[in-house]
Amino acid sequence: MSKGEIVLGCLAPHPPHLVYAENPPQNEAFSEGGWETLRWGYAKLARKLKTIDYDAIVIFTPHWQTYIGTHFLGLPEFKSKSVDPVFPNLFRYNYDLKVDVELAEAMHEETAKAGIITKMMRNPDFRVDYGTITSCHLLNPSWDKPIVTISSNRNSHYYSNEVMIEQAKALGEACMRAIEKSGKRVVLVSSHSLSHRHFVTEAPLPEDMSREHIYNHSQYVWDMKIIDMFRKGQMQEVVDIMPEYTEQTIAETEAGGLIWMMAAMGVPTYPAEIYGYQSVIGTGNCIACWDPNIQTRELVL
Amino acid sequence: MSDESSILFGLYVPPHPQPLLSPDANPGYANLRAAFEKCRQRIEESDADLILVYSTTWPSVVGHQIQALEESIWTHVDDDFHYLGSMPYNFHIDTDYAKEYCSAAEKRGLHARTVEYEGFPIDTGSVVALSLLNPENRIPACIVSSNMYANRSETIVLGKAANDALVSQGKKAVVVVVSSLSNRMFTEHIDPAEDRIHSSKDNEWNEKILEFFADGRLEDLSQLSREIHGQIRVQKVVAYKPAWWLAASMGQHNNYEGEVLAYEALHGSGGAVIQLTPSAGSFGDKEFDEDDVEFYQGDRNVLNKGNH
Repeated sequence: MSKGEIVLGCLAPHPPHLVYAENPPQNEAFSEGGWETLRWGYAKLARKLKTIDYDAIVIFTPHWQTYIGTHFLGLPEFKSKSVDPVFPNLFRYNYDLKVDVELAEAMHEETAKAGIITKMMRNPDFRVDYGTITSCHLLNPSWDKPIVTISSNRNSHYYSNEVMIEQAKALGEACMRAIEKSGKRVVLVSSHSLSHRHFVTEAPLPEDMSREHIYNHSQYVWDMKIIDMFRKGQMQEVVDIMPEYTEQTIAETEAGGLIWMMAAMGVPTYPAEIYGYQSVIGTGNCIACWDPNIQTRELVL
Repeated sequence: MSDESSILFGLYVPPHPQPLLSPDANPGYANLRAAFEKCRQRIEESDADLILVYSTTWPSVVGHQIQALEESIWTHVDDDFHYLGSMPYNFHIDTDYAKEYCSAAEKRGLHARTVEYEGFPIDTGSVVALSLLNPENRIPACIVSSNMYANRSETIVLGKAANDALVSQGKKAVVVVVSSLSNRMFTEHIDPAEDRIHSSKDNEWNEKILEFFADGRLEDLSQLSREIHGQIRVQKVVAYKPAWWLAASMGQHNNYEGEVLAYEALHGSGGAVIQLTPSAGSFGDKEFDEDDVEFYQGDRNVLNKGNH
């Protein structure tokens, strides 16, 4: 068996607004569109994914929040309806997805060996979180690849952003070891926004783009700083600045996803591909990917 | 006591699923379950038209959400404690009250909305509370979210709006706050038989809070909320809000008969079942520091004031 590898790492924000705006048949709500900069960026990244040979998507989600360790989905199929608790008016999505349980168990085992508290989730009534569904739908609308969902252990809340970083790095390295042993070709997905301060009111028509803008300018400046570092391949610097960035912008990086992905990918020093940046209900969202293959890596934006 | 209060009594209950799903795993869980059972009987024997739940495990972002789907049916599974089992539910919601509460909140300056969607994910705390306190849906219920950005003034106004809606509809209610005391859990899986409060410090603070509850000093607890948040709450949200909402809905004073029915550890956090019943007597002199608020003014642009 050949050594497994990560063939792409994606930063894939999950505002349910983006699925709502697409009007897929799985979603009950109907929209007139909106947030095109992000949706078109997602469409371009989804086209790139179609050109890549891979076996599974492994996604780290902030909306499966666990306080007792890191949990992995551990059943082969989940079929149900996901209703966003915050934006139920926008997102009521009927999902039917497959899980690569073998890979999930391998990651669980490798993570436990690294001293991290872990748990397999094997309750068939469990409802998959909307972060997983939104990011996976936008990256792979045909849902033709199995996924592995990893919960977000909220070390930022219990300890500090620094502890979160240490644990997320250890988790990423353990997942990488499991992928290598599996012989599989895997796409990693870190599902989250950048700055994450929301407006607490909503326009009567949520997709009214005349109402959409970043919550405040400092969030925007910080987001641009981070994206500039993505472009330059300065990911170790991003890791180093992460505690301050997360604190200053209430960033969703607090969940640990980006650090997890960077650690698993060996902290890339090559430029990220940027597919778009736009605010959604005040939060800052960037679609980006890190392509380890220099032959297919491109300058997108 | 406010003449307009329509609240028969208030309950403070924990959100964790152990009392519902694994009460026999630890004598403390069984004790909490027995306390829930006692409260269930008291609700049934009361004249309540409604059970109104304020749940700290239902965070909202866009204003305040109020559950309004008349038949809320689903099977819930907790994010952390999924291995304890599933929680099927079928709750009867008082849609008329939910709409009136939403309207009352808006009249007081809040952004609020009802949610009426099949499959809406009712949170673990609300599912545990309503499953144990109202298992046969004898009394219709309503649930209100806890906005993650809201602080004192917004939460106080939200509590007052709950009472406004009860008064305008002439309904009597039992109000239920779903919240831990100290909320730091163990970050590893434990043998339930060995469960205990996470630290002595958390335990001492919990016991101090329980003294206040037992003395009926609800407004004093409300005034202490910021201190409680700093001392024994993992900082998931901006503030510890349950006492603010409870005091604002029931009446901002200390004239209550307090009863602590149980206090136990739930995976390290402090879980208590407490009843507060309006009474004529008062604990005595109070030192209330913070201004009361009747109408929410939104962001007040404090930093911009010097520019005018």
